Amino acid sequence: MRRYIKIFSTFARACLVRDMTFRVNFLLECLTSLGWMSMNLAFYLLIFSFTPEIGRGSGWSREPFFAFVATGLIINAIVQTLFMPSASELTEMVRTGGLDSVLVRPLDAQFLLSMHRFDFSSMANGLVGLGLLIWAVLRFPVAPPLIAWLLYPLLIVCGVAILYGLIIMLAAATILMGRNQSLYDFWFYITNFSRYPAEIYAGPWGDPLRTVCTFVIPILLVVNVPAGTLARPLSGEAWGMVVLTFAAAGISIGLSRIVFQAALARYRSASS
Amino acid sequence: MSTTANSERSLQASHGWFSGVRSWWRMLVICLEERLAYRTDFALGTVMRFLPIVTQVFLWTAVFAASSRTDIAGYSRDNIVAYYLLTMVTRAFSSMPSLAGGISRSIRDGSVKKYLIQPVDYIGFLLASRIAHKLVYYIVAILPFAAVLFFCRGYFPPAPDGLTIAAYILSLLLSFLLGFFLEATLGMIGFWFLEVSSIIFAYMLFQYLLSGHMFPIDMLADIPTGLTGVSLADIVRLLPFEYTAYFPAAVWLGKITGWELVRGILIEIVWLVIMIGVCRFVWWRGTKRYSGFGG
Repeated sequence: MRRYIKIFSTFARACLVRDMTFRVNFLLECLTSLGWMSMNLAFYLLIFSFTPEIGRGSGWSREPFFAFVATGLIINAIVQTLFMPSASELTEMVRTGGLDSVLVRPLDAQFLLSMHRFDFSSMANGLVGLGLLIWAVLRFPVAPPLIAWLLYPLLIVCGVAILYGLIIMLAAATILMGRNQSLYDFWFYITNFSRYPAEIYAGPWGDPLRTVCTFVIPILLVVNVPAGTLARPLSGEAWGMVVLTFAAAGISIGLSRIVFQAALARYRSASS
Repeated sequence: MSTTANSERSLQASHGWFSGVRSWWRMLVICLEERLAYRTDFALGTVMRFLPIVTQVFLWTAVFAASSRTDIAGYSRDNIVAYYLLTMVTRAFSSMPSLAGGISRSIRDGSVKKYLIQPVDYIGFLLASRIAHKLVYYIVAILPFAAVLFFCRGYFPPAPDGLTIAAYILSLLLSFLLGFFLEATLGMIGFWFLEVSSIIFAYMLFQYLLSGHMFPIDMLADIPTGLTGVSLADIVRLLPFEYTAYFPAAVWLGKITGWELVRGILIEIVWLVIMIGVCRFVWWRGTKRYSGFGG
C-alpha cells in the first residue's frame, strides 16, 4: 500500500511539474473551465428569475440549490482532476495496443490505468465550488447541524467513489468494444442526470428513471445526498439515503473491480 | 481544326466533370467506411446526444410546476421541449466537429503546404469533404432522429405552412454554411498562434451560450444592459451565433414570422457573405506569412 501511495505521489508531482512548465496553458485551461462553470451559474440565475424553487414544494429554492450546485462542482472537480485524464487516454491505448505495456508492469493495472495522469486545472472549479457553498450556507434560514457537517465530507468521498466505479466500468466497456470514443461523451451525458435535484424526475416517466438512477446506476445519490444533508433536516428518510449512499459507494468500487478484471481477461492485444 | 479543338475541349470538360463526380463519390465512400468501421460506437454516440434533452424536459417541467406560470418568455413547457429538440436538428447542420482543430493542426504540422503547391482550393476542399461527412452523418443518424422526433411529437405545435417550412429549410442550409465559415476562420488563427485549442474551447463556450443552444434567446429580453431600451437579447441578436441554433428553431415554432422572418433570413445571408470574405482574407493573409520546410 505504501508503495502505491509513493507511486501515486510521484505521478502527481510529475503532472504538476508538467502543468507548471506550461503556465500560460494551465492558466488558460483554468479560465476556460471557470468560463463553462460561470455559464451554467448564469443559466441557473436565469431560471430563478422565473421561479422561486425547482419543483413545487421540493425545497430547492435559490440558496439550497446553489449549495447543491457547489457540491456537484466539488465532486466533479475531484473526479476530473484525479481520474478522468487517465480514463480518457484508455480508448487510444486499447486501439493502438499501448495497453500491453501497462499490463506487463509489476503494478496493479487498474491503479496504473486510472491514476497515472492528473489535471490540476480542474481544481479551479472545486475551489469556486467551495466558495459558492460557503456563500449559500451562510444564507440558509437554519444553519446545518454539526452531524451534517461531519457527514458531508464522508458523503463527498462516497460520491467520488460512485463516479470512480462508473469510470472503471466504462473503461471495461472500452476494453471489450475495442474502441469507445463515446466514453467521454457517455460520461458527460450520464452524469448530466446528477446535475439537478432528484425531485425533478417525477411523473410516469420520471419516477422509473429516478428509481433506476438511484438503485441501478446510483448517479442521483452522488450530489443529492451530500447536498441534501446540509440543506435539509436529517429526517428518517434522509438517514436511509445516507446509509444507501455508503452502501452504493462500496458496491460501486467492488463491482467495478470485478468487471474490470473480467474485461482485462478478455483483452486481445492490438499490437504486433 | 476548330471543330476538333471544340470537341477536344468538350471531351476534357466532360472528363473533368466525371472526374469531379468520381472524386466526390470516392470521398463519400471513404467517409461512409470511416463511420461504419466503429458502428457500435457511432450508433451509441448518436443516441446519447439526446440524453441531455431528457434532463431539460424534467428541469423545465419542474420550473413550470413551481412557478405556476403557463408561459416563460412566450414559451409554454411543450414549446421549450420542442425548442430543444429543434436546436438539436439545427446543430446537426451547423456544428463542425474537429474543423477548426483540424485546420490549426494542419498548419502546425505542415500538412497544409500540400494545398499550397497543388491546384486545389483548400477552403473548397474542406467544404466538399464536410458536405460528404454531413451527408453520411444524416444517412446514419436519420433513424434515431426520426424516432426521437416521432416519440416527442406531442410537444410540437401543428406543422407550419409551406412557406415557413421552406424558410426553415433555407435557414438550416444557411446555418450549415455559416457554421462552416465561422469555424474555418477560427482554425486559421493557427497561422498566427501555434496552439489554439484554448481559443477554440472559449469560442465553443460563447457559441453554446449565445447561439440559443442553452436556452431560447427570448429569455434574455427582460435583462437590462444599462443602455436605455436595450436588453441583453438585443445585444446577442447583433451577433451571428443565433443563426446556428436559435433562429431555425424559432422559425419552425412560429416565433419569427412575416417581415421579421424575411429580415432574419437576409441578415443571415449578409453574415454568411461577411464570413466567406473574412475566411478568404484570413487564408490569404495567413498563407502569406506561412513558411514550410522539408518534405
